[in-house]
Amino acid sequence: MSIQRLTAIARKELIQIWRDRRSLWIALFMPIMQMGLIGYGASLDIKHVPVCVSDREGSQESQDLLKRFQASVYFDLVGSVADDRALTAAIDSGRCRIALVVPPDFSRTLRDAGGSSVQAVVDGTDDNSANVAIAYAQAVISGYSADLRLDFMRQRGLGAQAAAPLAVEPRVWFNEDLQSRAFIIPGVVAMVMALIGALLSSLTIAREWERGTMELLISTPVRPMEIMLGKLVPYFGIGLLDAALCATIAVGWFQVPFRGSLVMLLGTAALFLIVVLGVGYIISVLTRNQLGASQIALLVTLLPTTLLSGFAFPIDQMPAPIRVLTYLVYGRYYVTILKAIFLKGAGPQDLLAPILALVVYAVAIGALAARAFRKRLV
Amino acid sequence: MFARIYRLIVKEFLQLRRDRAARFRLLVPPIVQMLVYGYAATFEVHRVPTAVLDLDHSQESRELLARFTSSGRFEVRAVLEDRDEIARVIDREQATLVLQILPGFAELLRKGETASLQVILDGTNSNTALIALGYVNQIVSRFADDYVIDRLRRLRPDLIQVLPEVRMEQRPWYNPDFNSRWFFVPGVVGSLALVIIANLTAFAVVREREMGTLEQVIVTPIHRAEFILGKTIPFFLVGLAEVLVISLVGTLWFQVPFRGDPLVLLAGASLFLLSMLGVGLLISTLCTTQQQAFASNFFFLSPALLLSGFSFPISSMPTALQWLTYVNPLRYFLVVLRGTFLKGVGFAVLWPQMAGMAAIALLLLVVSALRFRKSLE
Repeated sequence: MSIQRLTAIARKELIQIWRDRRSLWIALFMPIMQMGLIGYGASLDIKHVPVCVSDREGSQESQDLLKRFQASVYFDLVGSVADDRALTAAIDSGRCRIALVVPPDFSRTLRDAGGSSVQAVVDGTDDNSANVAIAYAQAVISGYSADLRLDFMRQRGLGAQAAAPLAVEPRVWFNEDLQSRAFIIPGVVAMVMALIGALLSSLTIAREWERGTMELLISTPVRPMEIMLGKLVPYFGIGLLDAALCATIAVGWFQVPFRGSLVMLLGTAALFLIVVLGVGYIISVLTRNQLGASQIALLVTLLPTTLLSGFAFPIDQMPAPIRVLTYLVYGRYYVTILKAIFLKGAGPQDLLAPILALVVYAVAIGALAARAFRKRLV
Repeated sequence: MFARIYRLIVKEFLQLRRDRAARFRLLVPPIVQMLVYGYAATFEVHRVPTAVLDLDHSQESRELLARFTSSGRFEVRAVLEDRDEIARVIDREQATLVLQILPGFAELLRKGETASLQVILDGTNSNTALIALGYVNQIVSRFADDYVIDRLRRLRPDLIQVLPEVRMEQRPWYNPDFNSRWFFVPGVVGSLALVIIANLTAFAVVREREMGTLEQVIVTPIHRAEFILGKTIPFFLVGLAEVLVISLVGTLWFQVPFRGDPLVLLAGASLFLLSMLGVGLLISTLCTTQQQAFASNFFFLSPALLLSGFSFPISSMPTALQWLTYVNPLRYFLVVLRGTFLKGVGFAVLWPQMAGMAAIALLLLVVSALRFRKSLE
């Protein structure tokens, strides 16, 4: 292998990238767009859940309870519904996500029989939002209930017995404010790199075949290995640049904490890039046409890295066969690494297993890529 | 005129029949995606990996911890002996949550003071952490309630009957078990139709242009309107077939209920597909090569999927982005899909969505037809 020939190929590729501004644009604009979109759009934080009320008693007590919902940042009272039909219509049309029904005998049963209940009709379509909203509603109602009890006991001289016997003291580590942004954004770095790397590199060889310049390349003394490395080196640079760009946006704009070291970030990014570029390269060699190559690249990278990497959906909640499948998704390891570097400040000793997995992948993909091309040249 | 459109449609289907790769791409990836989404896309939280550290070793502390294990929400993976172990289990992700009971817990309880349960949470996955914390709060408040009542029973048994309490009876509609699959599967139908149809349409026209066959078509007596119709009708039909197949996989394989009227879904799907054809045609008038079409398509798909409410609720987005979702046809189609699958509602509820898609489709088709005329000359 000659370094001179390798750099010549790399230079040629760089010039081509520079002249074809479109791919350069994709490489620079796409990370910014993805970061912005996901940073702002991909939030699971639930606030301002629209609530309808159906207060069938209209007593002091029922109004007190509903006022607590009004005061909570998690709920917006959007209107009241008179009867069951109006309630059904409000939930059906999505005007409110929760409808609270206070029964006509609410305060009477509370006074005479002690226990009274409020119905919460919940639109369960979006199960996650519904679950979180129910937990908030539950908290509001238990708070009201506890205060009622406190009053009741105090009036009977039992104030000392009424103190809450038990409190939860939560200490949240790593993502102290439980912001979904801090959880999701680090994974976007992996997604962007997987996409860009596979898309751009999947086109390089296919383009040469399509334009008929591959024969020219073959007739020169350049070795297959030199072609492969020379072609991928510029994209490697672009990929690293993208990783740095994404990380800068994440930290500078979205204020995601970055507790690890830059060396760790770039080092693991480089490792991940080898895998991603190798995959794109193999696709490119095998399909020989740009359109097919870019479509396959999109298919094999986008879906697994968004769905099976733990980027948004927790892997430990998936069914066992799918969990096994995630071990094949190289994005999985890098997403784990990224979250640990950003939020936990993890160093190499904490991330041995995922790093090792990426190394194995890089070696295997590299070997495959080198072989794939050799065969195709003959 | 109809004869000419018909010939074009036949030509388009012939092309599809000859192109094995294209047929494969139409059938296999959508089904694979549907299966992967159905199984993998879940925000549900069951079996939270938990570690416990009981430094009090009292009857009360054991009772409290037992409630966690019996709730079925938490899976105790480790019983710790020492506080130093907390960091280790969390760092190694053996547990998402550590329940710690400090010495003196039972004594505080017995004295009538407030004892505390310390919960150390790995917040990396904010959603899981938040839901787990909600479960913790529920268990603890029930324990506290029972404890108060127990105490009162000894002091003033007469008051137990009238001790006020307000409970919440939850009535989840449409998806009573909070099954994530029911939420995602109808959405996949829409997002796959989005990905496939706009893409196909854009490429069909751009390919003719790139290969130079567009000129040949132009010199034939075909009108432009006929050409556009002949090009789009096949993809419209392909789109409807896709929606049908994917919906069937969802209802038959994943057992997601379909409670509405299939005709309502058909109407919604038709309007949605029309707007997708509009997007595809518009892209095709903007691009001259397949490469460009691919790139433009990507820049359309990614925001359209994200800003639709497919996996992230629109109501959680910043206001500016919420406004932007109104120009996204998928936003409306997802409401129609979930409305017909889960809610079983009809036109009376869904007409605003239908109107929204119709308006977008009309606008896109008119604009792209006008542009198409220009770009031909």
